[in-house]
Formats: sequence, structure tokens, C-alpha cells
Amino acid sequence: MANPDLRERRPLSPHLQIYRPRLTMVMSIMHRITGAALYFATLLAIWWLVALASGPAYFSFVDGLLGSWVGLAVLVAALYALFHHMLGGIRHLIWDNAQALSIASANRMNLLSLALSAALTVLVIIAAIAAN
Amino acid sequence: MARTFATPLRRAKGAGSSHEGVGHFRSQRLTAIASIVMAILALLVAIFVGGRDYAEARQLLAHPIIAGTMALAVGVFVWHMIIGMQVIIEDYVHNPVIKLSLLIANLLFGLLVFALAAVSIAVIAVGHVPSGA
Repeated sequence: MANPDLRERRPLSPHLQIYRPRLTMVMSIMHRITGAALYFATLLAIWWLVALASGPAYFSFVDGLLGSWVGLAVLVAALYALFHHMLGGIRHLIWDNAQALSIASANRMNLLSLALSAALTVLVIIAAIAAN
Repeated sequence: MARTFATPLRRAKGAGSSHEGVGHFRSQRLTAIASIVMAILALLVAIFVGGRDYAEARQLLAHPIIAGTMALAVGVFVWHMIIGMQVIIEDYVHNPVIKLSLLIANLLFGLLVFALAAVSIAVIAVGHVPSGA
């Protein structure tokens, strides 16, 4: 404590710069990243609600923004993040009950949730196009 | 009194340096499960409302069942968002002053967003449709 120089040069335990990425650790940080992304995506959805309550002029501005190519790309990314985080959350609820904790079953569930996230994203896009 | 296995020392020191028990863990899981259901319902609404013009969107969302569902969805999402962002702040921000400031900002911002959404949904459900600009 007395010597700040020594304190700064203390060795750190091995971290990201040492370990090779594994599926479980990538999915772990992806769960957090998609969660943080959904925080902002939810703000977009609530912004749309506020615009709808505010009147036609402001609504057409916000709705037009979200309906533009950039807006649609953001919405599709948010849709994928939603399913990734939702299925990841279900995985965590299973793990919370001390089930499927072996590396093999963790990897199986991770791959399944990746495939399902992509499939559900495509399904909702098709449904949204069909509904219009 | 409920049976407890806590030693006298454990009871005297409370929950230790965390200052709290499993309340956070429980509300995280509760809002997570609720969010799964509400996200599916909100997605269905979004699929039907997306691409509609102003009057149609207003009319669809004004239905009490849809407005009520959206209000509950927003409440559950914002609660889950506040808890989740709190964990991220606690994990990555170590300066006590900045950490506390961000935690307070996170809570107040979440409540503000919820208030905006709740008022908007109420206006859509019962309010007059504004004419013109």
C-alpha cells in the first residue's frame, strides 16, 4: 500500500488476453451485451409510444425514422438481441436449478439457443411482412 | 418463529458486506420470467401495429386489453432493465463516487422512462386523437 509503484506492477491473474475464446465464455458476455443493447432498443420502442401519444406530426417523424433502412436494420438487430437474450435467460434459469451444468450440455444448449435465435428472428420478420 | 440455522454471529453481522440477501437475485429472475411472457405479447402487438398509419396505430393500441398489456410489459421491462444495468455498473465501475452516481442515475432514468411510457399509453387509451400538427 505504501509504495504505489509496486502496487501498479502487481501481476494480474490470467484473463482475456491469456485464454482462447470458448463458446461458453463468448455466450456469457453476449448475454450481457445483448441485454445492454435491449436496454437501448426498449428506449426506442418507448420513444415510438411517446410519439404516438404526442400527435401525427411527431409520430410520422419517429415512425419514418424507425421505418427507414437504418431504422429497420436496428430493429432487426434488436429483434435478434431479444431472442438471444430471452433464450440465454431461459438457459440461465435452467442452470439456476443446477440442471445441464456439464460442459457438453452447456455447449449443446448454447448452440441450440443460437440456432433458435436466428430462426425466430427470421420467423418474426416474415410474420411482420405478411401482416403488412 | 421460523426455524433458522443462522448462528448468533451470523445474525449479528447480517448479510455481510453485501448488506442484503437474495432479494436482488429473486427480482432478477421474477422479472426475467415475466419479461419472456410480456416480450412475446409485445412482439405480437408490434407485428400487427408496425407499418400502420397514425389513426390505425392509435386505434389498435387504444383497446384496453392491448393498452393494459403494453403498460404491464413496459413496467416489467423497465424493472428488469434497471436491475440489469445496475449489475453492469457494479461490475465495471469501481470509483465509489462515480459508481453511486451512475446507480442513482440508472434508477431515476428508468423511473422517468417508465413514467413517460405509462403516461403515453394512458393518453393513447383514453385521450382524444390530436387533429392536425
